[in-house]
Amino acid sequence: MDSRFTRGKSPVLERALGRPRSELSLAAFALLFSELVQYCQRRVASVAELQARLAQLGHHVGLRALDALVARERPGRRETKVLGVLLFVKGPLWRALFGREADKLEQANDDERTFYVIEREPVVNTFVSVPRENSSLNCAAFAAGLLEAVLGAAGFPARVSAHWHKGTTLMIKFDEAVIARDKSLEGR
Amino acid sequence: MSRQGGRGTESKKMYWYLPFISPSASLQLMNSELFTLTYGALVTQLCKDYENDDDVNKQLDKMGYNIGVRLIEDFLARSNVGRCHDFRETADVIAKIAFKMYLGITPSITNWSPGGDEFSLILENNPLVDFVELPDNHSTLIYSNLLCGVLRGALEMVQMAVDVKFVQDTLKGDSVTEIRMKFIRRIEDNLPAGEE
Repeated sequence: MDSRFTRGKSPVLERALGRPRSELSLAAFALLFSELVQYCQRRVASVAELQARLAQLGHHVGLRALDALVARERPGRRETKVLGVLLFVKGPLWRALFGREADKLEQANDDERTFYVIEREPVVNTFVSVPRENSSLNCAAFAAGLLEAVLGAAGFPARVSAHWHKGTTLMIKFDEAVIARDKSLEGR
Repeated sequence: MSRQGGRGTESKKMYWYLPFISPSASLQLMNSELFTLTYGALVTQLCKDYENDDDVNKQLDKMGYNIGVRLIEDFLARSNVGRCHDFRETADVIAKIAFKMYLGITPSITNWSPGGDEFSLILENNPLVDFVELPDNHSTLIYSNLLCGVLRGALEMVQMAVDVKFVQDTLKGDSVTEIRMKFIRRIEDNLPAGEE
C-alpha cells in the first residue's frame, strides 16, 4: 500500500499545474484509442462487457482530469447545483479534454433525474467505424465512464451510459439524493 | 438563469469532422492531457491484467508496433517526405518531422556511433509521462515502451529493421529520456508482416 503514495521529493509535485502547453495530433490519440479498444475487445465476450471495460478506463481518466481542471479553472470553488455542474461538464470539461464544448445539454421531459449530453460526432468516435454485427457498440462508453467519474467525484453521483441517438447521447441519471439536495438548496 | 443550458451551440462549427481525405487531419491538434491520461489508463489496466512488468513492456511494445504499422501510412501521406538516403536522414525525419507532427515535441539527436548505424533521441519532455510517477513495485516497467514499438513498426514498413530501446528515463530518476535506435538491416522482402 505504501508504494501508492508519492515519494517525498517527486518532481511531479514540483511542477506547476498550469495549462498544459503542449498539443499533439488527433491522429496520435485516435491510434492509441484504437489500440485501447482492440485490447479490451480481445478480453471480453460481449458488447456490453466491452463497453463496461471502456467505461472503466474512462473512469480512470475522468477522476484525474477533474482534479487538474478544478485546480486550474476554479480554484477554491466548487459547484453545488446540478445545473452548475452540468454546465461545467458541457463547457470547461469538454473544452479541456476534447477541444470544444459538447453540442447540447437537455433534460428528459418526464424525469427530473435524467439529463442528456448530446454530441453529433464525439472525438473518441471520430475514426471508429462500428462493425455491422455489433451495431450497438458505442465507443463513447469511454466518455460515459469518464463523465460518470467526474460527476461522482464532484459530489453528484450518477449513472452515465452512452447511446446512439442524434449522434451520440450520454444519458446521465442522477441519484435520488442529488436531486433532493438540489431542491432543498433552491432559492438560496 | 436556467435557460441557457441546451441552446446556442447548434450552429457551432464542427472542427473535428474529419473524413479520410482531409489533408490536414494529423495537423488537427488536441490537448495533450486527454492523450496522457488515456495512455495512463491503458498502462494501469495492463499492470492489472499482467503479472509482471516484462509482460506489460512486451504488450506495450506490441501495441506500439500495431500503431506504427498504421501510422507510417498516415505519415507518408501527409508529410511529403520522400525516400531517405541514409540513416542520418531517417533520424532527422523521425525527430524533426514525425515527433513534431504526432507528439508536438522535437527530440534532439545525439551520440552517433562511429559506424553511423546507431543514435540516441533525447526527449526533454515526454508528453506520455506528464503526471506520472512509478511506484516502487514497478521498477522494471518501461512506461513509455509504446514509443519503441511505434518506431519499430513504422520503420519496418519502410524496409528498415531497427532495434529500439529506452536507455534513460526521467521516470527512473535520469535527467533526460533517451531512446537508443540501432539500424539492423534493410528488409529486402517486401511482404508486410502480419499484424501480430
